[in-house]
Amino acid sequence: MNLALTEEQQLIAETASDFMQEKSPVSRFRELRDSGDVVGYSKALWKEMAELGWAGIPFPEKNGGAEMGMAELITVLEAAGAVQAPEPFLSSVLLAGQLLDRMGSEEQKKAYLEPMIEGNTCLAVALQESGPRYNPAHVAARAERDGDGYRLNGTKAHVIDGHSADALIVSARTSGETAGEEGISLFIVAGDAAGVTRTRQQRVDHRSTAIVELSDVRVDAAARVGEEGAGLAALRDVVDLATVGLCAEMLGGMKEAFESALAHMKEREQFEVKIASFQALQHRAVRLFIEIEMCRSSVMAAARALDEDAANKAQLVSLAKARCSDAYVEVANESIQFFGGVGVTDEYDVGFYLKRARVAELTFGDGNFHRDRWATLRGY
Amino acid sequence: MADIETFRSETRSWLEANAPESLRHARGSSDALEGHWGGRNAEWATPDHKAWAEIMADKQWTAPMWPTEYGGGGLSKQENKVLTEEMGRLGLPAPLTGFGFTMIGPVLLRFGNEEQKKEHLPKICRGEIRWCQGYSEPGAGSDLASLQCKAVREGDEFVINGQKIWTSYADKSDWIFALVRTDPDVKKQEGITFILIDMETPGVSVKPIQLISGKSPFCETFFADVHAPVSNVIHEINAGWTVAKALLGHERTMISQVFGGATGARKGRGRLVEMAAKYLGEEEGGRLADPVYRNEVAQMEMDVAGFRYAAQRMNDEAKAGHQPGAESSMFKVVGTENNMKQHELMVRLAGPQGIGWEGEGFEDDELDLTRAWLRTRGNSIEGGTSEIQLNIIAKHVLGLSG
Ligand SMILES: Cc1cc2nc3c(=O)[nH]c(=O)nc-3n(C[C@H](O)[C@H](O)[C@H](O)COP(=O)(O)OP(=O)(O)OC[C@H]3O[C@@H](n4cnc5c(N)ncnc54)[C@H](O)[C@@H]3O)c2cc1C
Repeated sequence: MNLALTEEQQLIAETASDFMQEKSPVSRFRELRDSGDVVGYSKALWKEMAELGWAGIPFPEKNGGAEMGMAELITVLEAAGAVQAPEPFLSSVLLAGQLLDRMGSEEQKKAYLEPMIEGNTCLAVALQESGPRYNPAHVAARAERDGDGYRLNGTKAHVIDGHSADALIVSARTSGETAGEEGISLFIVAGDAAGVTRTRQQRVDHRSTAIVELSDVRVDAAARVGEEGAGLAALRDVVDLATVGLCAEMLGGMKEAFESALAHMKEREQFEVKIASFQALQHRAVRLFIEIEMCRSSVMAAARALDEDAANKAQLVSLAKARCSDAYVEVANESIQFFGGVGVTDEYDVGFYLKRARVAELTFGDGNFHRDRWATLRGY
Repeated sequence: MADIETFRSETRSWLEANAPESLRHARGSSDALEGHWGGRNAEWATPDHKAWAEIMADKQWTAPMWPTEYGGGGLSKQENKVLTEEMGRLGLPAPLTGFGFTMIGPVLLRFGNEEQKKEHLPKICRGEIRWCQGYSEPGAGSDLASLQCKAVREGDEFVINGQKIWTSYADKSDWIFALVRTDPDVKKQEGITFILIDMETPGVSVKPIQLISGKSPFCETFFADVHAPVSNVIHEINAGWTVAKALLGHERTMISQVFGGATGARKGRGRLVEMAAKYLGEEEGGRLADPVYRNEVAQMEMDVAGFRYAAQRMNDEAKAGHQPGAESSMFKVVGTENNMKQHELMVRLAGPQGIGWEGEGFEDDELDLTRAWLRTRGNSIEGGTSEIQLNIIAKHVLGLSG
């Protein structure tokens, strides 16, 4: 494992950062929010990002991908996180795209993966239900055999980008009881299929998630992704990938929030001096700086462990997510404090980072969840 | 690549053939700084420890990366890594440690003249001379540059008068590298000289200070009309501050390395988990019985692992040609805090068994642990306090200043 950026990675990182700063400053996300936009991201920008190759980073060349890995993808996600870009990387590339890449048939890849890589569509995975927190085995939704196909019934919640996705991959039981490890299957369903009702969930970070209700949704056998009953392991794998992707986004966010607060400290004067001269603030700022550096190392290590399929990869995912979850919230809280009163106004951007920090913390498991998982993985 | 594999197999067979049986996989001391320091009055835990130091000194592997003409091994970074790994495979202790290797040696290599290097480095490599550090004074701690210990030139000699404090192991050391005031009339950083003094010189005396751990690892050091040749000055006269700062960089790196990764979350159960299982019990299947401590143990292991990846990133980036900045300050803060938190956690895991001082009712390991915990309280003070490191980062990395 090499934890320094290669020249190629450096280049991707710089390109992504320049692009995001230029085409997608935070003001763009603010406008999306204020305009009551229903899609949740910009289709035009998603297309541009795809044309730069980013939606295809981890996929095979034959599907239009770049055959690179998480080590490259996280540099793009970090740049996106810095400016609160809401384009559907997590949902489309890391969750749905990776499921299709790992489990999908050639027809499914042609029909769903390739258009997404080209930036023409958005995909989502409906895996979470209300009640359980971060356990993809908790599936009450059912898929009953119906002739040569299936009929799906159930309700999914907190489906990232589920509201506007062109197609959804849904986890549903073909056998077994809720929370059982066996009997979870995956199906791909068009967003506008008969029997699918989608309601946008308004969460604190203003990003797009949805409740997806499935009521006698009829799909044929070709809509099943992977073998019947073999969905859980794949879901867990892609959730780990998405977790590290989210960590990278969080890293970008915390760094940006922190730097904006630093800039403010160097501008704002009280008692005839810059507030940056107050040691009480300096030391707190350095603590945040150190924490961000530690997060970066953990996220880079986790991404490389996934790429190398290392034996301890799950542990490293938990290491990164626990650290980033705690750090992003802390950085955002402290940054607001450094701003003073303006920090809690909607006019300043720092509030976006606090809100996103909280949502990201509570997505795919918070610090306590991942400490518990670390301990379990290490046999205690 | 082929070369490095050859080096590995040669190193492995040489160690197999030469390392004393009794030192392989021996239990280490809980105080990471306690090793074999050599010196005129060297103390050896066993005759095999002494033999091991001699064997390694003959092989020139006590300072593996120093140039061969000064007694070092001339190994590349990569070869040194292999040597460390192969020694680790046999569970071998470092043959010799001390400030000679970690502090004054690197500084001599950078600032010393040829004569000084030839004079001092081989003796460090052979464990013949033990060094101590004369920086702090009663009135000059964090504000080190305000030091007052005075050196007045008389011909080819400096005459030194004054006092140092917190001089670790001064009572066991043979030479001291000291900062002395050679010009009182200029900006305080500009009148300091870095000089080497033989502790046997008339006028040098030391007085041990007892610590909360019960040990007396450091001393007050007094200089009364001590004569030292001008040729013992490292770098220029009145340019000692430059040398002092470079050395502090090495010291911080050493402290964070020694303490930062002590109980790693590598394969198998780490010490924390072993202790939690021993003192608080475990369920069938090995899950720790106490969920609150289980979370704390996980947090601690993850902090240590995080530190290790951060250190690895710094190394990888250095290899890729990035100049390290104020990293040594960051690693000093985090490494020492990890070590301190870890010791506190171990004491709490041991419960009433973790608070023994001496005598009956406690295992040796438990008594060691209590003392080791007390020792760690110095970690965030020695080598520049944590607050000073935060100041350095605030100023030089974040650009926050008055
Ligand atoms: C175990 C151990 C071994 C040591 N070994 C040696 C040795 O071998 N040789 C040697 O020369 N010295 C040695 N020292 C001394 C060590 O370098 C000093 O103790 C250290 O630099 C702090 O100085 P001080 O003790 O005078 O504390 P002070 O400088 O008086 O500091 C007291 C408190 O004030 C804080 N403070 C001071 N200035 C500032 C500031 N500008 N901003 C914010 N906070 C500030 C400090 O962080 C600290 O919390 C050793 C110390 C220890 C604990």
